Amino acid sequence: MLFPSPASPAIPPRVVITGAGIVTALGLGWQQNAEGFRTGRTAFRPVTQFDVSRQRVRVAAEVDLPSMLPPTLLTPRQVARLDRASTMLLLATHEAWQQAGGEHADNIPLVLGTTAGGMALGEAYFKQAVQTPFRRRQQPSRALYYQSQVQGRLVADAIGFSGPVTVLSDACASGASAIGHAWELLRAGHAECAVAGGYDALSQLVFSGFDALQALSPTVCRPFDSRRDGLSLGEGAAVLKLETLDHARQRGAVILAELIGYGATIDLHHLTQPQPQGNAAVASMKLACASARVTPVDIDYLNAHGTGTSLNDSAEALAIQGWAGERAASLPVSSTKAGVGHLLGGSGAVEAVVCLMALREQWLPPELAFETPDPACTFPIVREPTDAKVEVVLSNSFGFGGVNATLVFRRWA
Amino acid sequence: MSRVFVCGLGAVSPAGWTVAAFRDVLIRGEPLPVQSLARPGWEKSLRARLVPEPSPRPAFLTHPRLRRTSPITHYAAAAALEAVARLKPNSDASRRLGVIVCLQSGCVQYSYRFFDEVLKNPATASPLLFPETVFAAPTSHVAALLGNTPLAHTFTGDPASFLQGLTLGVQWLERNRVEACVVIGAEETHWLLADALWHLEHSAVISGGAGAVCLSLDPALSRGVELAAVTDVHPYTAHRSRQHAARAMRGQLPAAAADELLCDGLSGSPRANAPEHSAWHDWTGARLSLKQILGEGLMAAAAWQCVAAADAVAGGRLAAANVSLVGVNQHAIGARFVRGGDISS
Repeated sequence: MLFPSPASPAIPPRVVITGAGIVTALGLGWQQNAEGFRTGRTAFRPVTQFDVSRQRVRVAAEVDLPSMLPPTLLTPRQVARLDRASTMLLLATHEAWQQAGGEHADNIPLVLGTTAGGMALGEAYFKQAVQTPFRRRQQPSRALYYQSQVQGRLVADAIGFSGPVTVLSDACASGASAIGHAWELLRAGHAECAVAGGYDALSQLVFSGFDALQALSPTVCRPFDSRRDGLSLGEGAAVLKLETLDHARQRGAVILAELIGYGATIDLHHLTQPQPQGNAAVASMKLACASARVTPVDIDYLNAHGTGTSLNDSAEALAIQGWAGERAASLPVSSTKAGVGHLLGGSGAVEAVVCLMALREQWLPPELAFETPDPACTFPIVREPTDAKVEVVLSNSFGFGGVNATLVFRRWA
Repeated sequence: MSRVFVCGLGAVSPAGWTVAAFRDVLIRGEPLPVQSLARPGWEKSLRARLVPEPSPRPAFLTHPRLRRTSPITHYAAAAALEAVARLKPNSDASRRLGVIVCLQSGCVQYSYRFFDEVLKNPATASPLLFPETVFAAPTSHVAALLGNTPLAHTFTGDPASFLQGLTLGVQWLERNRVEACVVIGAEETHWLLADALWHLEHSAVISGGAGAVCLSLDPALSRGVELAAVTDVHPYTAHRSRQHAARAMRGQLPAAAADELLCDGLSGSPRANAPEHSAWHDWTGARLSLKQILGEGLMAAAAWQCVAAADAVAGGRLAAANVSLVGVNQHAIGARFVRGGDISS
């Protein structure tokens, strides 16, 4: 029963990551992405998915999807139902599951974060619905597969997960919220393992929305640079397999890292703008570090939310300073949105996987386009490929609407 | 084991903007009149039960955050305010209040308007509309309106997900993250949504609104009703049908007793109803199928079912009420409310 809740363990179990899958414009899978993030490669190009000829900005970080999908339990008919977003989610989930050893999938919860789900299907639905004469063709299918829970079910069926599917939509914090939610499920004894992540595909509505807000950079996405002029959008997915340490050890799983802390808060200042001092972001980082039992001194790298917009980066910079204090002066920070864009519901999960890469391979992802620090930046931005000793990393995700989520990972040695 | 009490309820529905109006319509038991929803460019109209305009206009709509918002936020806010109305100002419960909003279709009105503008000319598409298209927008506005909110989340899913939201609220209470938590299910109507529903279920009558349930561990805040159970999540999978899941959910809730109510999700469609109807064929107690009165409110209807169940128990008419949520495409989950707490406070 969900309630009364099962008795929580007296000491919450440690939670480790045993699988990670990632799809971004840098490539498909860990290897291609690790190479791209390590070297600071950028992946922006003209948008091809929809008409941007009348937009102010015309580039984004589009994913090249493979012509063939890996073998799954889906029927050919189900495969034909996969839209772009579902396909990226499926690829990331499949990789995470394979990396984790692909054991028994019964009753494993799937926790997903997304902002738009199958928005492209919704757009297609709209375009046909407003046409005359009335045409029913494909509309029932679009009405169904547009829904994020149906996409989640499809991916669950592909792998054979039979546990509950949960979808969180905390805007740009969705991916991190989903991972945090799964972490709490395991710590509370509701499950021994879970699969969690985030995804979003580029869509005309969302692209146009950010363009209408003039939030898109007409030049280059440069988070925390004093000349920054906006964000760049991207698309992708990332998925983690989380397990209690005991469960992972019992089955002899390879452990990639430990998820040691999660914090979430809400910023009530404004729907689209953070409180200028980043108060809720400070609280989110403090909560995550308290649950991880670490202090800013213990953090070796901070993967910032760092969208590249003026207000977001200023508030986050002040928040990092406010949270880290003296440690800020030497704390390496970067935003990997400089390379793959803002993946919205996918960003928190993708950035979690980047953190795992940094921990596993002992490097820091740089922002090559960064030149002149914003005066609010009291911390060093990683500007070039850097090998480093990395034991504990922190990842921030802040969303429209004010949900802030912070994850803290520790290297598994 | 924690005891979790219902300390407030809120409802906006085609019956009106309060739980009292909602209750009156349910007690009468007569389906509300069906209205026509015009499909632009087409002769055939769609069917809906619409939320009436509030009269007088609620004062909270003058809040700066709500000035430009769409009806779904108005509904969610009104239901939330009604549900927390009994929390004393500056009490612990009102100072540390969690907010969880559950949606299936979400902000369809502004999404329609904004995308329509984009297709006509993206250069003039309104930047005021776009932020209101985001699923998290109503949650943000409601949290800002209530203030002193340390935590808020937005769930999307089929209507049974409302009970996932309710369960997360319980977990926040048990972990002492909040002192009280208001869980809201909300939807707004639009011809595009009615059209989509028509494609999937021809006989459905779309409706909108919101329901809210406020929870606390403090028996002194109880309205005389407590949450007794939420079943497991019974997902629909390649190997588990909707019917199988509905039966599994029903099996986790008790047999009927004379003074108990079942709030089910049966609508006017025999085909859509079949799994739930079959799962509860043994139920001999009182039964309330509110979608037949108020329409298919999607996530709002799931919240209404919980509000109706808790309200029936809180009113002293019944000892317990079960809620059956057999979602359309994700999972089946059930819940049970019983008398409990200090009703004299």
